[in-house]
Amino acid sequence: MSTPLVEMKNVSIAFGGVHAVDDVSIELHAGEVVGLLGHNGAGKSTLIKMLSGAYKMDSGEIWIEGERATINSPADSRDYNIETIYQTLALADNLDAASNLFLGRELTTKLGFVDDGRMEAETRKIMARLNPNFKKLKEPVSALSGGQRQSVAIARAVYFNAKILIMDEPTAALGVHETAMVAELIGELKKQGLGIFLISHDTREMMDLCDRVSVMKNGKMVGTERVEDVTEDDILSMIILGKNPKAAA
Amino acid sequence: MSDHNPAIPQPKRNILQSLQVDMRLLGMIGSFLAVCIVFNILTDGRFLTPRNIFNLTIQTVSVAIMATGMVFVIVTRHIDLSVGALLATCTAVMAMTQTQWLPQIIGLELGHPLIPWIAIAAGLITGAVIGAAQGWLVGYQAIPAFIVTLGGLLIWRNVGWWMTDGATIGPLDQTFVLFGGIGGTLGVFWSWVVGLVATAAALLALGSARRTKNAHGFPVKPLWAEVLVMAVIAAAILGFVAILNAYTVPERVIARDPALFGCDVAEGCVAAYGLPYSVLLLIVVAIVMTVIALRTRLGRYIFATGGNPEAAQLSGINTRLLTVKIFSMVGVLSALAGIVASARLGYHTNDIGTLDELRVIAAAVIGGTALSGGIGTIYGAIIGALIMQSLQSGMAMVGVDAPYQNIVVGAVLVLAVWIDIQYRKRVGAKV
Repeated sequence: MSTPLVEMKNVSIAFGGVHAVDDVSIELHAGEVVGLLGHNGAGKSTLIKMLSGAYKMDSGEIWIEGERATINSPADSRDYNIETIYQTLALADNLDAASNLFLGRELTTKLGFVDDGRMEAETRKIMARLNPNFKKLKEPVSALSGGQRQSVAIARAVYFNAKILIMDEPTAALGVHETAMVAELIGELKKQGLGIFLISHDTREMMDLCDRVSVMKNGKMVGTERVEDVTEDDILSMIILGKNPKAAA
Repeated sequence: MSDHNPAIPQPKRNILQSLQVDMRLLGMIGSFLAVCIVFNILTDGRFLTPRNIFNLTIQTVSVAIMATGMVFVIVTRHIDLSVGALLATCTAVMAMTQTQWLPQIIGLELGHPLIPWIAIAAGLITGAVIGAAQGWLVGYQAIPAFIVTLGGLLIWRNVGWWMTDGATIGPLDQTFVLFGGIGGTLGVFWSWVVGLVATAAALLALGSARRTKNAHGFPVKPLWAEVLVMAVIAAAILGFVAILNAYTVPERVIARDPALFGCDVAEGCVAAYGLPYSVLLLIVVAIVMTVIALRTRLGRYIFATGGNPEAAQLSGINTRLLTVKIFSMVGVLSALAGIVASARLGYHTNDIGTLDELRVIAAAVIGGTALSGGIGTIYGAIIGALIMQSLQSGMAMVGVDAPYQNIVVGAVLVLAVWIDIQYRKRVGAKV
């Protein structure tokens, strides 16, 4: 089998004695969507935040394309071409779409000043592709609808040619139409060879979008299965009981 | 190049929308003018004379310089209560450097041409270091800025006292006091030069902004609107210079040293003050701070952090170091304001800058800086400082007693913020 794009090996993190993630291993291949399922507080978001650099793991290893990676900050994570769409979207509400898209990676002029014109032009281009209805480029993102805000967050991840994409509840705040758009986008990115970690509560949706699903409970990995090998009920029982019925059988 | 991009339909707009002027800026300038006109009527036309406008400007400089920095502090959801005290420590350092340390310890003779510049450098470094230290406590040690700078308010006021043994230090260096206002002005000719250069620069900036927009195919405002905005800006800059140049030097002042004003004798000699160096300093500070706010990564990160600190951090911005930089900047600005304040007096006193922190915060807030973070402008803070100073001077001219003056200023502060909140609610912006 080919070298995994991402390999997290025996990763643990504790917050004040609570083992939020306890000895978890997971891998992701290029062109693959891996879903992370589990109750609130199961440790999904925490696991992924160690990959995106928001948290520093206590122990364990991260390997990216077969090489040991050190991720201590969000900037480190970006250096490995990992992009994250957070559940909270992590947008600066007072700034416009272009400023948010390029936040931390502004395009500059030769003199080192931020080049708002070029950033706005680039934003128009990518938005025309992702969400053709998006017109409010000059307004602070606080004035946008949930779906439009989501497109800004997605554009930010897609624009910089990510190899690894982390999507934390990307469709939680969206309407039916916008959810379908996100699903279509995930399919397209997968074809381009990106590896995607997807976090969601919606088991039905995960069965449609993912190649494999991993279920977590109380900070531990319950099991990882290919979606065609399991039923939705199997997944649900893994989430609720914290046991892998196939492993037990 | 076409002004209309076919891809983007131009909706019908009213005049103000066509001009794309900032309504809040308009509101602030409007209230400033209203204050001026009311006082002009109450003082039978003494308020809007070249002389009073000149005085008003130089009285505003010190607070306005600090207010530009306070905008960044408040935008990132912090506060700095120590600016007045920090100013006092910086002026103490500068006064001691030029009158005692350099002459007595280093042996530079009083009046040596290097003295004022070394003193200024010492003051600026003091401000930068103290500001950075406070910023480190806030950013890296997570002590609330309110507490750090409340402590700073007590500490730096009295460090200044300790350095000078509570004595008034002066007289200050002859070159140093040129930054005080009326003692150091450009004169008529150079004031016009500065005015014309500033006008040309402003018009070029507007023109290049328009070219950039056209190059990217963004909608631009109609040409007539652009020309009108340019005309208003040019008129404002040149009008301001004309007013300052209309303030002529009284004959008795010329009589002290006619050669200084290019005359042999005082009789029949007409000279005007023109643009004071201190006002020029404020203008430079305002431009630099505006460029930082709008055109640099630093400024972008300041506003992003103010809008959503978590998002800024997740975007890879080092928000802790950012806090250190911001507080250090305020320290430098306090030192600059200290140069102007002590030069205006001609000496350093213990109570210099007392209560300035409140005036500075009030100026920033009246100028539309939101304490909830993420929103604020440099020009707003300067207009805020002007409004505060106009109220205070105007009431003094009318003969309002000091306690009543403070009651009015306090009420205006609250009222201004209330109006701003109502306005933002109406346009649906973040309150």
